[in-house]
Amino acid sequence: MKALRITAVVLLLAAALAALGASYIAPAGYEHQFREAPDASPSAQHPLGTDDLGRDRFARLLYGMRVSFFLAPLAAAVATALAALLGGLAGYFGGWIERCIMLLVDLFLCIPWLFLLITVRAVLPLNISPEASVVLTFTLLGLLGWAASARVICAGTRDMMKSEFVWLARATGFSGFKLVRLHLLPNLRGTLLAQFWISIPVFIIAEANLGVLGLGVSEPLPSLGSLLRELQHVVTLRPEPWQFVPLIVLIVVVSSFQTLLNKHEVRA
Amino acid sequence: MKRFFLGCALLLASSLLWAQSGGELRFCLSAEPKTLNPLLVQDNQSETVSYLTGGVLVRVNRITQKAQPELATDWKLMDGGKRIRFKVRSGARFSDGTPFSSADVAYTMQQLMDPALHSAVGDAFRSGQGRIATRIISPTEIEIIFPAPVANLVNLFDTVPILSATSPLKEMAALGPFYIAEHKPGSYILLKRNTYYWKKDASGHQLPYLDAVRLEIEQNREIEALRFRRGEIHLINIVSPAVYDKFSTQDRSLVRDAGPSADTEQLWFNQMASAPLPAYKLAWFTSTNFRRAVSEAINREDLARIVFRGYARPAIGVISPANKFWFNDKLKPHPYDTASALRRLQQEGFHLDNGVLRDKGGNAVEFSIITNAGNTARENMATMIQQDLKKIGIKVSVATLDFPTIIERITQKFNYEACLLGGVNGDLDPNSQMNIWLSSAENHQWNPSQKTPATAWEAEIDTLMRAQASSGDEHKRKQYWDRVQEIAWEQEPFIYLVNKDALVAVASTVKNAQPTALRPQTFWNVEELEIK
Repeated sequence: MKALRITAVVLLLAAALAALGASYIAPAGYEHQFREAPDASPSAQHPLGTDDLGRDRFARLLYGMRVSFFLAPLAAAVATALAALLGGLAGYFGGWIERCIMLLVDLFLCIPWLFLLITVRAVLPLNISPEASVVLTFTLLGLLGWAASARVICAGTRDMMKSEFVWLARATGFSGFKLVRLHLLPNLRGTLLAQFWISIPVFIIAEANLGVLGLGVSEPLPSLGSLLRELQHVVTLRPEPWQFVPLIVLIVVVSSFQTLLNKHEVRA
Repeated sequence: MKRFFLGCALLLASSLLWAQSGGELRFCLSAEPKTLNPLLVQDNQSETVSYLTGGVLVRVNRITQKAQPELATDWKLMDGGKRIRFKVRSGARFSDGTPFSSADVAYTMQQLMDPALHSAVGDAFRSGQGRIATRIISPTEIEIIFPAPVANLVNLFDTVPILSATSPLKEMAALGPFYIAEHKPGSYILLKRNTYYWKKDASGHQLPYLDAVRLEIEQNREIEALRFRRGEIHLINIVSPAVYDKFSTQDRSLVRDAGPSADTEQLWFNQMASAPLPAYKLAWFTSTNFRRAVSEAINREDLARIVFRGYARPAIGVISPANKFWFNDKLKPHPYDTASALRRLQQEGFHLDNGVLRDKGGNAVEFSIITNAGNTARENMATMIQQDLKKIGIKVSVATLDFPTIIERITQKFNYEACLLGGVNGDLDPNSQMNIWLSSAENHQWNPSQKTPATAWEAEIDTLMRAQASSGDEHKRKQYWDRVQEIAWEQEPFIYLVNKDALVAVASTVKNAQPTALRPQTFWNVEELEIK
């Protein structure tokens, strides 16, 4: 199990380093169109060939990884923070406040998030740069993806509020912010961390879903989702093996996250 | 005994011959037809059913693009296009055996023009105030009188399937080669051979050759292609360039390039004065030089070669070269010339500042292009245009939106800057473009529903479009329409990008297929098709 975790860490580090060093490793800019060589096979100049507009697939993969792997944690952080706030409030106060917040959680959980994202994306300003669009997409994912975590955190907080050490703390005069800061948050850390780790692969896949629909990150900026669009017509067009590389990277990264996550979950 | 064997052999031979001429043709509809009433047809799927089952007075030959006799053996236009007299075929019968006569034509026209029916097919015949009258001269002769001349009158009858005035089956009684035998909503429509069909081939054999046509309802184009590869269906009317290439590497005989289609792909800027746009952007978009510069900075050859894998050509204007008669062949494609584009922009006071184009007021030139998400070709064209315009210092953002949102933005809220969409031209006649080119029209996309024309050139187009619509002289109409094409070429309210080729797939078992660029591309001659 340890070897598996070490492999996962190594793979994630390799992916992170490759994404960080995209500007140095990539043979060309992610948006540069080699118009004389669209759909080219792998070569020394283009290790993964070019896409249908002649853009270097390897460069786009590296930049796409940068977009997906660094912004998914941002979205996960937003979602976990929101979940901690709302779930924590519900668990701390209980009663009608808990009921109201849980009603909101149920509402968010039953809304088909893909349609909600499409609707929200439709009302966003059109004239935004690809960089802004990517931040916006992931922030939206974070703002809409907190509900499941909030329920877990609410349950954790509620249990903790009934625990003896909290009673003791309250009996000795701890209340409000001090109680939260000194007792609740440190003890909820494991749960919060687990929720954070769980959310990262979820948001990578969510962005990939949006990208496949053409509604994710704006062109020409790549993301793993937009790279997966090449596999849309897998049955009729039978893509070449190298076109599956983004999919393999996505599977490897998400699996690595899951492997690490198991450890965190055990701790939580 | 000898006679018995001879008889058996003859019977066997005739049954084999019969087997050869039969067969079931299968292809897919992308959705359930919205109606089976041929007079209410609006969508492609209903149009397919209507085309296969409806008997019409005249049919526009999809290859020659000329009207040819069908149920009408002859016709005569009178009063400058206000009256038309048809001599109709005698002895023809509907699929239930009901005889056909000129009374059925009169009945169909009454039904078609009934305001309560709201028929889009009928709208094309409305030329002026007043009712359309019919006069039955004899069972084989009828005159239809319109309140004002109707342009393209003869060809319009290609879209009017004749209904029976007396059949108990009403609109389900078919005069065409097939009739609807079975309909399982959401699954398939089975059309069977109309044994009363009047048409015969050169050797006197009754048409159609096919026994049946099965229309499978299949929304997924991927599955449609897969079923075609498996031999489960025989035709695909439109295949993408990528699928075309893939199929042709597997078996060259499966796919055919029927040449440039009549459809267009275009980009336009929002020129509405009331649109929620900054005044300086509106000033760019309403400037002819700005639009022409953008047009000249787009490399159409690259769009055709890369996005459509060479199965397209740079567009010249509103009419594709596929439309043989109405295309203005004096016009040439706008050249790809960034130097000329920059010169035009300089004339308007734009200047380059460290690679960024700025207007007179110092505003950096940037705008967004919206297009429909999921349409890979359009998304790729927008990305290539983004790259092309970067060369002249223009920053473009590409926003892919779901289709209903796009329609809402371009028809109701007008909160967009530029839009890239396509146009489907099913009807070759310029009259079908009235709802686009008249400045008062709702589909005058760059500046719709104008009370009075916003520009002199739009006023001129209005005059020309009205003149062509009210003239019965085809050559005069051509002159007017040629001038409209010239103005559209000069002013470029729509920046036409490419004309795609009509790429189709036809199974090698289908005999006599002659795919064309015009709809319905693969089965326009369905009565002559055979399954080997």
